[in-house]
Amino acid sequence: MPQSPHLEEPDRPWLIRTYSGHSSAQASNALYRSNLAAGQTGLSVAFDLPTQTGYDSDHPLARGEVGKVGVPICHIDDMATLFDQIPLDRMNTSMTINATAAWLLALYVAAAERQGVAQDKLQGTTQNDIIKEYLSRGTYVFPPEASIRTTSDIVAYTVEAIPKWNPINICSYHLQEAGATPVQEIAFAMANAVAVLDAVRDRDDVPEETIGRVFGRISFFLNAGIRFVEETCKCRAMTALWAELGRERYGIDDERMLRFRYGVQVNSLGLSEAQPENNIVRIALEALGVTLSRNARTRSLQLPAWNEALGLPRPWDQQLSLRTQQILAYETDLLEYPDLFDGSHVVEARTAALLDDARTEMHKILEMGGAVSAIENAYMKQALVESHTRRIRAIERGEQTVVGVNRFEETADSPLTAEGDASILKVDDSAERDQVERLLGFRGRRNTAEAESALKGIEDALKNGDNIVPASIRAAHAGVTTGEWSDTLRRLFGEYRAPTGVAAARVVAVGDDNEALRARVEGLSEALGRRPKILVGKPGLDGHSNGAEQIAVKARDVGLEVVYDGIRLTPEEIVQSARDEGVHVIGLSILSGSHSILVRDVLQRLEKEGLGNLPVIVGGIIPDDDAAELLAAGVERIYTPKDFDLTRIMGDIVDIVGEAAR
Amino acid sequence: MTARDPQRVTRLLEGLAAGERGAISEALNLVDDRRSEEREAALRLLDGLAQRAGSGASPHVHHRVGITGAPGAGKSSLLNALVENLHSEAAGIGIIAVDPSSQRSGGALLGDRMRLSGGARESGVFLRSMAARDRLGGLADATHASATVLSSVFHWVFIETVGVGQSECEVADLVDTLVFVAQPGAGDTLQFMKAGILELPDIFVVNKSDTGPVAERTRGELRSTLGLTGPGDGENWQAPVLLASAQDRHGIGDLIERIAAHRDHGLAGGQLAERRARGQVAFAIESLARRYGDFGLARLGGAQAIARRLEAPREGSIFGAVLEIGQQIEAEIRGA
Ligand code: B12
Ligand SMILES: Nc1nc2c(ncn2[C@@H]2O[C@H](COP(=O)(O)OP(=O)(O)OP(=O)(O)O)[C@@H](O)[C@H]2O)c(=O)[nH]1
Ligand SMILES: [Mg+2]
Repeated sequence: MPQSPHLEEPDRPWLIRTYSGHSSAQASNALYRSNLAAGQTGLSVAFDLPTQTGYDSDHPLARGEVGKVGVPICHIDDMATLFDQIPLDRMNTSMTINATAAWLLALYVAAAERQGVAQDKLQGTTQNDIIKEYLSRGTYVFPPEASIRTTSDIVAYTVEAIPKWNPINICSYHLQEAGATPVQEIAFAMANAVAVLDAVRDRDDVPEETIGRVFGRISFFLNAGIRFVEETCKCRAMTALWAELGRERYGIDDERMLRFRYGVQVNSLGLSEAQPENNIVRIALEALGVTLSRNARTRSLQLPAWNEALGLPRPWDQQLSLRTQQILAYETDLLEYPDLFDGSHVVEARTAALLDDARTEMHKILEMGGAVSAIENAYMKQALVESHTRRIRAIERGEQTVVGVNRFEETADSPLTAEGDASILKVDDSAERDQVERLLGFRGRRNTAEAESALKGIEDALKNGDNIVPASIRAAHAGVTTGEWSDTLRRLFGEYRAPTGVAAARVVAVGDDNEALRARVEGLSEALGRRPKILVGKPGLDGHSNGAEQIAVKARDVGLEVVYDGIRLTPEEIVQSARDEGVHVIGLSILSGSHSILVRDVLQRLEKEGLGNLPVIVGGIIPDDDAAELLAAGVERIYTPKDFDLTRIMGDIVDIVGEAAR
Repeated sequence: MTARDPQRVTRLLEGLAAGERGAISEALNLVDDRRSEEREAALRLLDGLAQRAGSGASPHVHHRVGITGAPGAGKSSLLNALVENLHSEAAGIGIIAVDPSSQRSGGALLGDRMRLSGGARESGVFLRSMAARDRLGGLADATHASATVLSSVFHWVFIETVGVGQSECEVADLVDTLVFVAQPGAGDTLQFMKAGILELPDIFVVNKSDTGPVAERTRGELRSTLGLTGPGDGENWQAPVLLASAQDRHGIGDLIERIAAHRDHGLAGGQLAERRARGQVAFAIESLARRYGDFGLARLGGAQAIARRLEAPREGSIFGAVLEIGQQIEAEIRGA
């Protein structure tokens, strides 16, 4: 009788999470508790942009952003509220936090201690991966070297004091969201891990024999796109490359330490605004890519929602994603079998090819001086911009099919979107007011002298090269705020603006889609007396740069002069730049939901400067109702993800500049 | 549109005198404009500015500083550090960043190269980036006129260009002080020598001194190479070779001091006036050649003859002279 292929015991499913948080600590706490009641087995905290970039809710740069895309956490009371009635000794909490990770970890530890839970009982993850912030995610604050230091502080601290903590989650997820190919995803993530591991290894306070344990605590956060067979191979290739790195570079031979542990959020970049219900299917297929292969199966999974490209998901939307995971884990027979691909020549061959290419690319970066150098010299960022240009062009030309977008576009009316903007979650503007009030109350209540002396403690730790985490935990108890902690680091480290990668980004194409447009631009230049010049601006704390980058590159390629200064500028800076640079048109790109306040602010400032005639166009995640209001307020044209045809957008811009000049 | 505004030149002159940023920007747009009516208005504007400066009505004495060097040497980073440092003087700073990246499409991505820090942006520095367009040398054709506009308002005018041989000559004529930013690393010195540009810079600064002994070594090499070629200016200005780190803000004060010292030296010895005159003639010839071509210049005896005429003492500004010569060329062409 043939041997049963079944496992003796079916596997336990991966950790099922939903990335969530919004409005306030209180509202998010209620959401977490209801998600846990619905069968979710871990928490994944989304912080708002001010918290992620180190500003208190009442900072001018936080205006319009408080509680929008995540929960605002300014101090210990906020953190305690967030986990109210959630016993932290029994919870596994993942926090998507990076530049300010040491601080949010300190607040988490302090909140646990308030619950009477000792820190060595805590389980969870701080994302704490700064490299990918410069490359994709955009919530960096300090220069790379300084950031790597606080990163390694967290690693060195938790490996002793919070042994079950994952101090860092090296993210390749965000690289794919910025256009990375599988090879880039693997190679950049591994180079990133090497930068962190080398920094930890070189510390005086980390004994040599600890590096094995450190290696074992490092986890990854991967993406899984729609080409799910290749994604399976990618996971297997990363598993192999990670063990290889551990053995060869760090001399580790304990198999348990060499295991590649990763969590996943499946791809969102490919989720469409057109026929959004198709995304339900995409999401389920993408989940297969990281669960099918038992030897390279994800340990935790987050799925986006069907209305991803429309705006923030409502509880029902998140529930559907949760149910998708549960069907895969509990209804199918997936968990009953050993690895399905062992012995598959096809999977092995694809895996080997990815591994080869990724290894070569990783070594190229290491030879360049490592990931930090490849940030500073823009090598990796430029490579991502170029890959993304290829992706967008392939969609535009129909070489890459996106069902419902560039093929099979005809559709019946969807009942899912019949309610218009009611099909997404809208955060009430009162959330910001309430949060600021609570913050002011907290500042009034706390012992100011204690807080100040705790801040001094952080400064001393920084100057003396001590680990910053213990001083931060003391500061958390003493009532220091997120903005104060971050300002202290800003003063000592300085702030950083990362290369945008667009200046030298160049993709050679077969055939030229831009010829006709270029001729029109030449004609317009004659009429204007000089070449048309566009400012592409990203106001606010929003770090979504893909759209702005691709618009900037395309505009240059059709012959415009383009000013693009990267993310996170104030409306004031953008208006000043538009005026100083003498541009003919301003294009703003905003995806974080703060468009109403920011665009109006820009329009008003332009008016005040006597530049009221300068046409302003806006792109990003702009719900229909808001779009109508912005058009009425004077915006010339609005583009959203469904406008994927960049050539057409450029044609419009040439028209708009021509009109305005007449 | 404003182009048909007959009062435009007067209005801009007033705006510039008041230091209005809107007027500065509009003036920069005007001097960049190729249309004939605009070009004439631009020359009248520049003439007006020159006359005002000549009459002493201009409130300050400006200093134009060129920052050049290989791609990625840290020109922008140093400039950023300079701006942060000078900001406390509140003297007013204008920057022109010339981008070499223009390509087949004629388009260009600007701005990215400056990455001004928050501190520098808050200081109110005025930044205009320009594409090098069809010029190979690296200087935008409107750079000289733009620098003239900016220096009518700001004390400090910085011009960043990427250096590859030829462009140093052009920018050297355009500025009062030329700073060459060098990368630490052995290959560089050789490159300077090959390009034959060692005589031009007034100040050398080896940036990225934070990277260790390589910077120090490069400085030594540069020093000994310079020792062979002799002092830069002929009149006893020995080009110093400084060390700096834009990243650690190290050596920035020293660099500012040397820049100021170079101008004082030029003011005292008369080299500054000479250099500015030379730059103006170069601009005039270029402007006429762009507009009328070899054929046009030949109507008045060719570029050299026109240059001689411009070098001779004259009433009024060079810009007035360009206008006048242009009219003569046009008359000749019409007559022919
Ligand atoms: C990719 C992506 C990311 C990447 C961004 C990588 C990068 N460097 O850009 C990563 C993974 C880093 C990311 C992170 C986050 N994201 Co995100 N992300 C997306 C996603 C999936 C796609 C956006 C994208 O890049 N599309 C591709 C580009 C080319 O399209 P586009 O920007 O829309 O541009 C097109 C048009 O809009 C238009 N356009 C855009 N700008 C301009 C400008 C001009 C001048 C013109 C003419 C046209 C134009 O033309 C383009 C061509 O089609 C969207 C959802 C979606 N599917 O749209 C969510 C989304 C934007 N993200 C969201 C959120 C909440 C976040 C986070 C804040 C989560 C958190 N709490 O931490 C973080 C933090 C990011 C930050 N620092 O601000 C929300 C925003 C919610 C809202 N508006 O209410 C969205 C909508 C997802 C969701 N439904 O929740 N994200
Ligand atoms: N270590 C170190 N790096 C520096 C220093 N100054 C600049 N850099 C880095 O060098 C790179 C190039 O700096 P930029 O200031 O853009 O150089 P640039 O000469 O203006 O470059 P282009 O305008 O593109 O020719 C960036 O990655 C900077 O962070 C410094 O003093 N030390
Ligand atoms: Mg530069």
